[in-house]
Amino acid sequence: MSQAVFAETPTKLLTQEFGRVVHRDPLWARILLIGTAGLFVVLLVLVPIIFVFMEALSKGVSVFWQAINDHDAVAAFKLTAYTSAVAVGLNLLFGLAASWAITKFSFRGKSFLVTLIDLPFSVSPVISGLVFVLLFGAQGWMGPWLQAHEIKIIFAWPSILLATIFVTFPFIARELMPVMEAQGHEEEEAAVTLGASGWQIFWHVTLPNIRWALFYAVILCSARAIGEFGAVSVVSGHIRGETNTAPLHVELLYNEYATAAAFSIAAMLTLFALASLALKAMAERWITTDAYSDFIFRSKT
Amino acid sequence: MLSVIPIRLSNIHKKFGNFVASENVSLDIRPGELLALLGPSGSGKTTLLRVIAGLETQDSGSVFFGEEDMTSIGPKDRRVGFVFQHYALFKHMNILQNVAFGLQVRKKKLGLSNAQIKERVLKLLDLVQLGGIEKRLPSQLSGGQRQRVALARALAVEPKVLLLDEPFGALDAKVRRELRRWLRIFHQQMAITTVFVTHDQDEAMEIADRIVIVNHGRIEQIGTPQEIYKHPASDFVSEFIGTGNGGPPVPLPANLDVVPKIKEYEVEAGR
Amino acid sequence: MGRTKSKRVLPGFRLTLGFAIIYLSVMILIPLLGLFAKTFTMGWHAFYQTATSARVLASLRLSFGAAIVAAGVNAAFGVVIAWVLVRYKFPGKRFFDALVDIPFALPTAVAGIALTQMYAPHGWIGKWLAPLGIKVAFTPLGIVIALVFTGLPFVVRTVQPVLASVDPEIEEAAATLGAGRARTFFRVIVPEILPALLTGFALAFARGAGEYGSVVFISGNLPFRTEIAPLLIITKLDQYDYTGATALAVIMLAISFAILLFINFYQHGRSVAFRQGAV
Repeated sequence: MSQAVFAETPTKLLTQEFGRVVHRDPLWARILLIGTAGLFVVLLVLVPIIFVFMEALSKGVSVFWQAINDHDAVAAFKLTAYTSAVAVGLNLLFGLAASWAITKFSFRGKSFLVTLIDLPFSVSPVISGLVFVLLFGAQGWMGPWLQAHEIKIIFAWPSILLATIFVTFPFIARELMPVMEAQGHEEEEAAVTLGASGWQIFWHVTLPNIRWALFYAVILCSARAIGEFGAVSVVSGHIRGETNTAPLHVELLYNEYATAAAFSIAAMLTLFALASLALKAMAERWITTDAYSDFIFRSKT
Repeated sequence: MLSVIPIRLSNIHKKFGNFVASENVSLDIRPGELLALLGPSGSGKTTLLRVIAGLETQDSGSVFFGEEDMTSIGPKDRRVGFVFQHYALFKHMNILQNVAFGLQVRKKKLGLSNAQIKERVLKLLDLVQLGGIEKRLPSQLSGGQRQRVALARALAVEPKVLLLDEPFGALDAKVRRELRRWLRIFHQQMAITTVFVTHDQDEAMEIADRIVIVNHGRIEQIGTPQEIYKHPASDFVSEFIGTGNGGPPVPLPANLDVVPKIKEYEVEAGR
Repeated sequence: MGRTKSKRVLPGFRLTLGFAIIYLSVMILIPLLGLFAKTFTMGWHAFYQTATSARVLASLRLSFGAAIVAAGVNAAFGVVIAWVLVRYKFPGKRFFDALVDIPFALPTAVAGIALTQMYAPHGWIGKWLAPLGIKVAFTPLGIVIALVFTGLPFVVRTVQPVLASVDPEIEEAAATLGAGRARTFFRVIVPEILPALLTGFALAFARGAGEYGSVVFISGNLPFRTEIAPLLIITKLDQYDYTGATALAVIMLAISFAILLFINFYQHGRSVAFRQGAV
């Protein structure tokens, strides 16, 4: 190719699958760009993932197996699973309620509410844990009262749950709102004229229309809840076998130089993350199919 | 026979922010008639329709179904059959489930079994000449077919009044003409008070018993197509109607044999 | 006739809105309010002392500084990656696309220890860099790399949809007018994706400044040198210095909010100018 690096000639046009026009960039440019992007992502993302698995197995499969079946590890997995399930469940209820209120009705202060819902995104995880220490910690607002009643929140699972809820709060609402907004409320209005009650409308009309977006949202929220570290680190007390979630347990093992064990737990977490990405991709495909058929649906006369 | 009731709108006011959709509208709709609300976009005709259905609440004024004041009764309990402009069919249900919906949600109250509901639905689908497609999804139907499903769905619950919002607006010209004639015949068989909204004066002139011409939230004229054509009440009316094909409107023959395949349908006494 | 109350057609408004507001208040607003209340009760003097202490300032410089650099790197590469994903077809593209999402889904602690081990002097990558005199682990450079990892999806996923919706006709028009690819790119495409790019940058930046899990392992945590602000908050908490921890937290929040607000204004200003024909 010439040194006239960017030639002053019109580019050729090529029609692609859905009739989108794609410009044929010169081959060398494409190779350069794809290569750069590829190298960057592979080095930054793929290599560490492979590394996790290799380190986990670096001392042999039996060590790996022992590590993930260790008593404290299992307790950590359980704690992670339970708190994530509850946190996601509660945030799901919120997400559904908030999305319904926001997308099916008009009222003053709606955009303010939406901004508030997004708040946890701009708060560092450590701060998300701090706020609960300030509320419920020994020197916190409610600290003395809690101590008097022998209720443990900080350094016990309730604070882990609260911190996880805080951090993953916006996920489900944010995913549902655009979808429900785009679907409008005509079907629901039709259901009203046909005599359906609120629950009937929600269950039979709205829910089927958002099921894939809901699935997607739950996956996203769960992955985030399981991986949460900073906020939980602040409130949990790191009590081995009791208040350690799986990520915290990884930290504990790593700091004790039990590297293979740490990476074994990490490998399990990574597997889960990869699985959730696979599910996410599946859900995306269904959402696009739904959206595509919606599009056809609306434009056909 | 489905009970035919008159509808009365009394001094309806409705504003959306600063926009006046309806200004002191009063209207008497005769039982069993096919009434058109005709006017340009933004004239407030759809608002009136939705007020009758309870989908909009008027700022002041009342709606009467027969002698009953509907003000405190929401759309869920007004027993109106509403056909939306874009049909609003339930995307994830098949045609059978769509049409059966209104019956399913009231199943216990009506004391119907699933089998009875299915039977009714199939009869209705036959009536709108869509027999045999009950297992299909809305996305698999054409616009005209979806329109008739929406109609069947609205009728399944034996409503007191049938309301259609620009029923043929989303269809192409040929289908539109065909369907509106069919609607006229259908209406004469069903004997149900029917109100439909349109901006197409040909449509109104051709099939309505009476036409209400709406402009800027106010009623310009009410009358039969003949009356309006011969004696337009204002410049607006004569201009609006005048842009037709020229010549007085030709009403459809009352002779039903001219029309293709409408089966006889016996409606059980409403429960 | 009398006035009629405006009723909502669809049911459940009060129930859903009520629940949503209560849940939001209990889970989010009240805890945050507690944070700000603490700030007020500590008094200006205590706040000022913490805010200007050398250690705090060093940690803020480090956290926000590294976050900006990392966000910048992600902005540059993110555009390339988005471009490649939207415009080109190549084998393994789906896999490549999925890789971009990994930092979203992967627990930060896992990323943290993996990156640390890899870039440590004897690690997979570290051992290649050591003879070149480049130290990554336990230096600010390591922090930047960790933040580049965490922030990768933000720019790519924000720019991708916008890039995909750029009207091909605009590019064709530019081409028929004789513009080469580079000129078309910079004059026609970049302005269209700039808002999304900026948003992605801001998101990556905000996330990076507050990031803890992926960074705390690789950063070394030496006060004044490699101690990130979130860690300092935890250290203060461990020492029961609630006041100091709160003050630092509030400062961090204030800076993040300011950045996000600035970006929002900038976006808004641009769109207003656009509409008035200034752009």
